Amino acid sequence: MAVTRFTIRSYAQDLRIFPSPAARISLVLLGALLLTFPLFMGSYGVFVACICGVSIISALGLNLLTGCTGLLSMGHAAFMGIGAYTAAILAARTGLPLIATLPLAGLAAALAGLIVGVPALRLKGLYLVVTTLAFQFIVEHVIYHWESLTQSDKGIALPSPDLFGFPLNSYQSYYYVILALAVAAAVFTKNLLMSRTGRAFVAIRDRDIAAEIIGIHMAKYKIMSFAISSFMAGVAGALYAYLLHLISPDHFTFNQSILYIAMIIVGGMGTVLGSILGAVFMVLLPEAINAVSGPLVSAYPDLAPRIGGLSVMVYGLIIIFFLLFEPLGLFGIWIRIKRYWKTWPYTY
Amino acid sequence: MASNILIQLTITGLAWGSVYACIALGFVLIFKATDIFNFAQPELMMLGAYLTFAFITVLKLPFIWAFLAALVLMALITALLEMLVVRPLVGEPVLSVIMVTLGLANVIRGMTGLVWGYEEHQFPAPFPKDPLTIFGVAINQAEIYTIVATVILLVGFFLFFKYSQSGISMRATAEDTSAAFLMGINVKGVFTASWVIASLVATVAGVFMASLTYLDPIMSHTGLKALPALILGGLDSVHGAILGGLIIGVAENLAGFYLADYLGSGINEITAYVLVLIVMMIRPYGLFGTKEIERV
Repeated sequence: MAVTRFTIRSYAQDLRIFPSPAARISLVLLGALLLTFPLFMGSYGVFVACICGVSIISALGLNLLTGCTGLLSMGHAAFMGIGAYTAAILAARTGLPLIATLPLAGLAAALAGLIVGVPALRLKGLYLVVTTLAFQFIVEHVIYHWESLTQSDKGIALPSPDLFGFPLNSYQSYYYVILALAVAAAVFTKNLLMSRTGRAFVAIRDRDIAAEIIGIHMAKYKIMSFAISSFMAGVAGALYAYLLHLISPDHFTFNQSILYIAMIIVGGMGTVLGSILGAVFMVLLPEAINAVSGPLVSAYPDLAPRIGGLSVMVYGLIIIFFLLFEPLGLFGIWIRIKRYWKTWPYTY
Repeated sequence: MASNILIQLTITGLAWGSVYACIALGFVLIFKATDIFNFAQPELMMLGAYLTFAFITVLKLPFIWAFLAALVLMALITALLEMLVVRPLVGEPVLSVIMVTLGLANVIRGMTGLVWGYEEHQFPAPFPKDPLTIFGVAINQAEIYTIVATVILLVGFFLFFKYSQSGISMRATAEDTSAAFLMGINVKGVFTASWVIASLVATVAGVFMASLTYLDPIMSHTGLKALPALILGGLDSVHGAILGGLIIGVAENLAGFYLADYLGSGINEITAYVLVLIVMMIRPYGLFGTKEIERV
C-alpha cells in the first residue's frame, strides 16, 4: 500500500525538520551520496558541485530576503561582490587565512546590507526594487573604478585557501568545506524560518502594516533580514572567490543578480528546499546549454560570437515558463510528486 | 567658451533626457493602465531600433517606411506577448509579474544578440550629420530632432489622453478597472493597447538613441537608466516620468564633463543611480508620485 502510515503525534515531533522515518532514511542516503561524491566524480564534476554549493548559500540568503520577507532585491550580486572582494583583498594583501576572511567578508557584506536596509525601510514595492538596482550598479561601478583597491579589470588573485594550516589546494578538499558550510546554511535557514524571527519575516511579507499592528517590530526585522541575507551572500561570494582563484568585476554584475532571482523563482520562493533545487538547476543549466550550443556552433560557425545570446534567452524562457505554469517552482513540483506518491491510488 | 560647452552639454543632455523620457513614458503607460511594471521596456526599445535597422539594411527601404514597418511589427509582437505571457498573470502577486517581464527582457535581449550579433552598427539615421550653429554654438542636428520629436510626441499624448475617446477610456481603466469594465469599456483591449502604445513609444526612443550613438546591444543597459528616471518622477506620474528623464539626461551629461576630473571617468554612467538614491531618501515616492495609501 502506498498510503503511508506515518502521522505526526506530538508537537515536538511536528517541530522537527525531518519528522518521518522515510525523511530520515533519505537524509542518510543523501548524506552518504554527498560525502562520497568526489570519489566517483572527476575534477570538473567536483568543481561544478562546488559552484552549486556556493550558489546554494547565496540563493538561501536571497530567498530569506525576497521569498520570506518580501523585499525584492536586485542587488544580490553586489553583496556577493563585496564579500568576494573583501576576502580577496584580505587574503592577497594581508595573508589572513580562510577561517578569518570568510566571517570578515560576511560582515562586510552585512554592513553593506545595513547601509541599504536602513534607508529602504521607507520604500515600498517597486521603489525598493529600483533602489536595490541603483545600489547594484553603484557597487559595480565602485569595484570597477577603485583601481587602487580592486585592480579593476586585472582582477585579484587569491592564494589557495587553507584550513588551520591544512592546504585545500584541490577541488576535492575544498568541496568538503563548501559542503559543510552549505549544510550549515541550510539548517540555519530552516531553523530560522521555523522560529519566531522567521514567522515575523513571513508576516512582513504578507501584510507588513498588519504585522506591525500585532507587535512585530517592522524596522528591526526588515533590517535583520537585509543583514542576514547579505551576510550569507558575502560568505558565498568569498567562497566563490577562493574557488575561482581570480575574481574580476564582471563576476558580480546585474546579470548575476537576475540569475540568483531566477534561482529562487525556479526553485520555489520562501522555501529552503526550493533554494537548493533552484540553485542546482540554474548551475547545471549552462552545462546543458553548452551541450546544445557546442554542436550548434560547429554546424554554423558564424554563430560563434553570438551564442552568448542563447543562454540569456534560455534563462528568460525558463523564468517565464516556471512563472506561467508552475509558480511554486521545482519545490511545487516536488510537493506534487510527494502528494501523488503518498495518496496513490486515491487521486484526490 | 565655457558657456558654449555648457549649452552643448545641456542640449545633449536634453536629447538623451528625451530618449529616457520616452522609455519612462512607456513604463508609466503600462503601469497606469495595468498596474504592471514592465522591465522589458528597454529591451523593447532595443528591438524596435534593430527592426528598423533590419528593414533599412535587408529590405533596402527608405528610412520612413522602415520606421513605420518596424512600428507595425513591434505593435504586433507586443500585442502577442501581452496576450500570451502577461495576461495569464493578471491577479498574481506583483513579484511574479515583475519576474515575468524580467524573463521577457532576457528573452528579447538574448534573441537580439543571437540574431544580430554583439558588434555595434552605425545606424543609418535620416538626420544630417553636420552640426547646426546657433549663436556660435555647434549643436548636433540629431539631438535637435530628438528633442523636437519628443516634444511633439508628448503634446500628442497629452491631447490624446485628454480629448480622445480611447485616451479617456484608458485613463478610466487606469483609475478603476472594475468601474471601467462596468461602464462598457473593453478593459482587455485597453490593456493590450497600453502595451502596444508603450512599445511604439519605445521604438521611437530606440531609433533616436541609435541615432545619437550606435546600434548596439548595450542599448538595453543604457535604456535601463529610464528606470531611475521613472522612479525619480514617481511611478504613476506622466509628467514626473518626463521630468525625471530630462533631469537625468542633463545631470549625467553635466556630471560626466565637470565631475570627471574629481570622480573619475565613467561617472556619467552612475549619475542616474546616485540621483535616484538621493531622491529616494528625501521623497520615497518620487518627486510627483502619489503616496500609496495602504489598507490593511
